[in-house]
Amino acid sequence: MFILQKQSMSLGSFETGSRRELLFSPLYLRNIVMDVPLLVTLLAVNGLGLVVLYSAVGSNATLLLRQGVRCLIALTAFLFVAQIPPRILRLWTPRIFFFGLVLLVLVILIGDVGQGAQRWLDLGIVSFQPSELLKLAVPMMIAWFMHERRLPPTFTELLVLILIIIIPALLIARQPDLGTAILVVAAGGLTILLSGVSVRVITVLGLLGLGSMLPLWQFMREYQRVRVLTFLNPESDPLGAGYNIIQSKIALGSGGLFGKGWLNGTQAHLEFLPERSTDFIFAVIGEEFGLLGLLLLLALYLVLVGRGLFIAAQARDTFTRLLAGAVSLTFFFYVFVNAGMVCGLLPIVGVPLPLVSAGGTSMVTLMVGFGMLVAIQGNRIILVR
Amino acid sequence: MNQAVPFKNHWKEQRLFLSRLIAAGIIILLSTGVLVSRLFQLQIVEHQQFAAMSQGNRLRIEPLAPTRGLIFDRNGVVLAENLPTWELVLIPEEVADLDVALDALEALGLVDPDDRNGLTELVRSHRGFERVKLRNLTEEEAARFAVRRHHFPGVDIREGLVRSYPYGEAVAHALGYVASISPADLRRIERSEYAASSNIGKTGVERSYEQLLHGVVGYRQQVVNAPGRVLFDPAANTGLAGAGASPTGLETKWPIPGDNLILAIDIRLQLAAAAAMEGVRGAVVAIDPTNGDVLTFFSAPSFDLNRFPTGLSRTDLRALTTDSDEPLFNRALAGTYPPGSVIKPFLALAALDYGVVDADHEIMCPGYFMLPGQSRRYRDWKPQGHGRMDLHQAIIESCDVYFYQLAVTLEIDSIAQFLRTFGFGAATGLDISGEARGIVPSREWKRSRFARPEEQIWFPGETVITGIGQGFTLVTPLQLAHANATLASRGKPFQPRLVIGTENGMTGEVILLEPRAQLTLDLDDADWQRIHDAMLGVTEDIGGSAREVMAGTAYRVAGKTGTAQVYSLAQDEEYDEENLDERLRDHGLFLAYAPAEAPSISLAVVVENRGGGSRTAAPIARQILDVYFTEAEYVARQL
Repeated sequence: MFILQKQSMSLGSFETGSRRELLFSPLYLRNIVMDVPLLVTLLAVNGLGLVVLYSAVGSNATLLLRQGVRCLIALTAFLFVAQIPPRILRLWTPRIFFFGLVLLVLVILIGDVGQGAQRWLDLGIVSFQPSELLKLAVPMMIAWFMHERRLPPTFTELLVLILIIIIPALLIARQPDLGTAILVVAAGGLTILLSGVSVRVITVLGLLGLGSMLPLWQFMREYQRVRVLTFLNPESDPLGAGYNIIQSKIALGSGGLFGKGWLNGTQAHLEFLPERSTDFIFAVIGEEFGLLGLLLLLALYLVLVGRGLFIAAQARDTFTRLLAGAVSLTFFFYVFVNAGMVCGLLPIVGVPLPLVSAGGTSMVTLMVGFGMLVAIQGNRIILVR
Repeated sequence: MNQAVPFKNHWKEQRLFLSRLIAAGIIILLSTGVLVSRLFQLQIVEHQQFAAMSQGNRLRIEPLAPTRGLIFDRNGVVLAENLPTWELVLIPEEVADLDVALDALEALGLVDPDDRNGLTELVRSHRGFERVKLRNLTEEEAARFAVRRHHFPGVDIREGLVRSYPYGEAVAHALGYVASISPADLRRIERSEYAASSNIGKTGVERSYEQLLHGVVGYRQQVVNAPGRVLFDPAANTGLAGAGASPTGLETKWPIPGDNLILAIDIRLQLAAAAAMEGVRGAVVAIDPTNGDVLTFFSAPSFDLNRFPTGLSRTDLRALTTDSDEPLFNRALAGTYPPGSVIKPFLALAALDYGVVDADHEIMCPGYFMLPGQSRRYRDWKPQGHGRMDLHQAIIESCDVYFYQLAVTLEIDSIAQFLRTFGFGAATGLDISGEARGIVPSREWKRSRFARPEEQIWFPGETVITGIGQGFTLVTPLQLAHANATLASRGKPFQPRLVIGTENGMTGEVILLEPRAQLTLDLDDADWQRIHDAMLGVTEDIGGSAREVMAGTAYRVAGKTGTAQVYSLAQDEEYDEENLDERLRDHGLFLAYAPAEAPSISLAVVVENRGGGSRTAAPIARQILDVYFTEAEYVARQL
């Protein structure tokens, strides 16, 4: 029933596209699967991120080093995942997904309380946020589910897909971590979009989603409501809830076209800007490097997303297509939500700027996602006609 | 579904997927466009505005408190100074939860539970960025807080200066005190002027000369971060005086210290008064008749001014305000007493001036007085009577019957008119606020004072007792000293004053204030002389009511004793001091001026509920005058 055949499973072949783009000359490295445009752009963004972060943490070398280590870990994960054939990924997907769900339940039962929310599992050596895993596991599960079915999904299939999204999303929202829950819903939703659901159904779902906002409002914690309300009118509370938005807008606006120069951002350095090394680092870039700096960063992001979409377009089966597309679109979604939040277009939901914000877990998740892209590109399944 | 797995149309699916990818790509480009245009708006279009705002963020204007002016007595003795202290301050906007913060401070023993409500109200009445002083801390308390400082965002200790009064108890009612700015004070001051000050003058000279003493607030610009921590302060290390920009472009405008004040008070007399008044209630006021200088201004019992600037707890304040002796009450300024016999010289002068009696006019004193056609007897203090009395002798022996007759002859409205020319019934114009006006009764006064027609009628008997300073008449010790000074200067009164000069806090330039003469009383010299002689007789002649007390002085004193009834005796009741409730016993009064030849001090002493003036008030006057003439010996006049 499958008219598919792996073009190559062994790592010894020279025939796949990516193999020809191998960067390294030593023979033992030739077997490594890599996508050079992705790798170069990722390194560029990571490098830029470290430069900005050095300024944002107040020229603190220790903090910078720590982030550098995180980058290395993420890069290692990226390289490792890139070597995993997509078929294996697909086979493991249900296990990963349900493992993630179990962890989410565990977090609710025994998780550490950090900043008023249970998000972390203390694994002895490292703490770990299971919700991060779900950011990838949900699109993977959808892609897995649709892999052996015809696109677009039928109505019944659609309901199953929605369940795949809603269950982890609700568990995450209960922690409460509204930001990650939204991201998980977005990742899943984008995957469904890519699976070819008709525009009419999307519209209906969208309206239903808006309608569900009302009960969601009841579910929200006070600080979350305040955030949404201040988003609508930040100036109403300049020293309280609206502080973040106003300060980040000042940081961006005072940066101008060329910025105040590296390490010269007064907003950031004088601690007016909250969370300047994490969620609001976009404002630090805007202040110190100006509009030009931000345009460069956005261009790099677009290259990554574009390359991801290109890989998705080239992918040969439903699982890899949907997964590659979802990873790329989700990545852009992160960028847009973070940047939109920092410049006052969207509410503050606590989404880090991908690959730049300090913090390990999200960086690893993102790099694993890119690793999957590379794997998909490097192990394309050729449709045998 | 059971007709095997449906055939997957790969080509169709790929097209569908690609179309979705293209749609996604377009949406991505559009979103990026939105983002970029937003950034363009913020960073290019509104750049100027945000750049200005970011400047405002970095700079904070820190107000600098001016040093409060010092207060000296007339000889340069410091009466009020500023000592270094620690203040517990709170910046409302930096405290997340005021109650939690106050709870924690209370747990540390730095805030009195009783003061909680007051402090909460105080903090609420300030704007978010204004520093509120909670209280002063001792060294030990400051240290206790300092080690836990990081637990208290928005609460800090600050070095400051606190008002200190070396003679806190002796000069309390003249000097007044400073204390925390209250919500009520905030309404009467220019808030920005007090941005750095935590205390304000509440009473006495401290209040009425607040503007001079306070000085002009300064400020400095500091580079701060959002939580308000100072990162760079150009003014902190440099002792540069004067306004101007520092090399870093941060401005500093130094505060201008308040003016120093020179009081008319002579601390030696003041201390003598405080010592003499130990254990009694009452007041002493001494005025220089030649210029209105208030040399002594003491109200007993007193209190220690030093308890207020550092923040009096509610409990302590309650103890002070509910004390039955009312130490906070300024008796010298606002205590109103029946003048008793000390009113007699003034009435005698009135009679002479109006020509209703002449000096040789004599009456027979049988020990009581009766109005024609009435049976009521108005008793003399001497039941057996004084016998034949002329004006001179009536003053010396303080014959009541003579003055009953005199008052009836003068008529109440004439009495009132004359007494007012001596300043009775009106504020003397002393340069601190809170003066009581007292009462000079008249028909007109009674009409406006009472509502019911039957109460508005003036009865002849009321005129009779006015003759000996009883009835409705009420005077303050300050009014007595002032009127007595007018007697001493023979009709040339000066507005009483506590402050006689100012000293510029920066230049040290001293400006002495001119004495302010009041309306001259144009009376016959012979009349003045008769009253003067009679008052001299009080202390010198045989039978004079203050002769024993003033015996053996190196100076000559003119005086008049007085005894004011608090309790009206029934017709045939005997005054029995022993069995009368203490608060109903007579007040003792004494007026004196000296030296008799050229008076330079006019003294009024009032002692509450201790009996007649010759026994109680006159000895106190003697002690003060002795100090004035021996130890101080006119030096009180030099500057």
